[in-house]
Amino acid sequence: MTIRGAAYVAGIYEHPRRDIPDRTLFEIHTEVALGALADAGLQMSDVDAVFCDGTAGFGPMSLVEHFGLRPTYFDSTETGGSSYLAHVGHAAAAIAAGKCSVALITLAGKPRTGRHEVSFASGSDSGFESGWGIAGAPHTYALAAQRHMYEFGTTSAQLAEIKVAASIHAQYNPNAYLPYAVTVEDVLNSPLVADPLHRLDCCVVTDGGGALIVVSPEVARSLGRTSAKILGHGEAIKHTSNGGIDLTYTGAVWSGPRAFAEAGVSVADIKYASIYDSFTITVLQTIEDLGFCEKGQGGKFVMDGGLVAPFGKLPFNTDGGGLCNNHPSNRGGITKVIEAVRQMRGEAHPSVQVPNCQISLAHGTGGSLGSKHGSVTLILGQEDA
Amino acid sequence: MLPAPAPAINSTTAEFWKATTEGRFLLQRCNACDIVLWFPRRNCPKCWTEDVSTFDAQQTGTIYSFTVVRKGTGAFKDAGPFVIAYVELADGPRIMTNIVDCDIDALHVGMPVEMVFHDTGEGSALYRFRPASR
Repeated sequence: MTIRGAAYVAGIYEHPRRDIPDRTLFEIHTEVALGALADAGLQMSDVDAVFCDGTAGFGPMSLVEHFGLRPTYFDSTETGGSSYLAHVGHAAAAIAAGKCSVALITLAGKPRTGRHEVSFASGSDSGFESGWGIAGAPHTYALAAQRHMYEFGTTSAQLAEIKVAASIHAQYNPNAYLPYAVTVEDVLNSPLVADPLHRLDCCVVTDGGGALIVVSPEVARSLGRTSAKILGHGEAIKHTSNGGIDLTYTGAVWSGPRAFAEAGVSVADIKYASIYDSFTITVLQTIEDLGFCEKGQGGKFVMDGGLVAPFGKLPFNTDGGGLCNNHPSNRGGITKVIEAVRQMRGEAHPSVQVPNCQISLAHGTGGSLGSKHGSVTLILGQEDA
Repeated sequence: MLPAPAPAINSTTAEFWKATTEGRFLLQRCNACDIVLWFPRRNCPKCWTEDVSTFDAQQTGTIYSFTVVRKGTGAFKDAGPFVIAYVELADGPRIMTNIVDCDIDALHVGMPVEMVFHDTGEGSALYRFRPASR
């Protein structure tokens, strides 16, 4: 059994705000849930499956109680920012197995105006992968960037091209946290946070959230809205491998082929890609690992507007991405799916809409390239794909 | 000296951290599949046997990757720029650590380093590295 064509993304919603001091975490969950349901043309009472990450209270129980639902299926897979792409794949599998027909996936978080602490090393790795003054994702992602530079000659200017491309897109998004274009020089002249990563190599920190509605083909056909067909899903966890970590690649080397095989498509078929962009190095390594270019050639690939929509080699993150638009709750996965669906529907901003966007890819990376992370790849298609 | 906040210690890691207070760095080896383990565990992560032994590791290695953190937080708030790194030990494992007593502008991948111990004052010492003396 595969999930190819077994489920559709029928509703999407991205919270328009980037600072939300006046609402609780759970109120934001409700707001984005109702937004995505309205987008799909469905009601809260239609929901029979609930998916959330590990930050929504006591697993899915708190959220289900808050929503007042009695779902027949639930899942609180927690792989940081890639969780929501995993939720889409898991929802599609559950729908294919007849366990549910309308799955609600929500994300909410307030790292700007509320309390937000997630430990990257709270298991048996505690004290070995934590400590050392590590205080946030930039410190360990920088280790991956440094090693990639050492092995392949990747430069800071090449990494900066990724921010520049995202910023070109962000200027068309009035809700973007940084809604203006920047130059390579702007990135290189921004302060070093953790060598070789500059401040502008990093994503934004925003309050916010988003939601997705995944439905069965029968439900999708009953709706007036254009849905995105789920063609394939792949997921993988890469970790330190008993002291054998290789910092030059990500779990996308495993999740990507699984998704492409299930979808029955190749990289040449991908018209648009939402690539997880916690940092510029995250994008560069992922592009290589998904096979858009050879290993070590990501720096060359992103130069000369390679990622700029609508006509670059691989138009990416046309909402401005996590680098410029939104990285709600320090987790960029749900917005990756949301913008991919906008592209499939032809509802991205006209300046960045990819023509004939029949097949798109969304990829999430949660955790750290510098230690352990969950990689999830989704491939979406229009109805005839 | 770079701050040395104490790590959490549990029944599996107690022997390891006690040894650090004596200037020793312990590694484990699986007696069944003969691989070196990192970090301390009760079971081999390859064959899951509990038949693992402990040995005193060489306290040398090379920098696999590093970063200079420009401004720390928490206990490291006033530390000034400091270095987080992966060091590849002479015995094999790549371990996360700090590089200390160094010229940060002279650091490079592949640089030989040697282990130093920074006492936490709470029954453990952090294993860190400085450029090798020879």
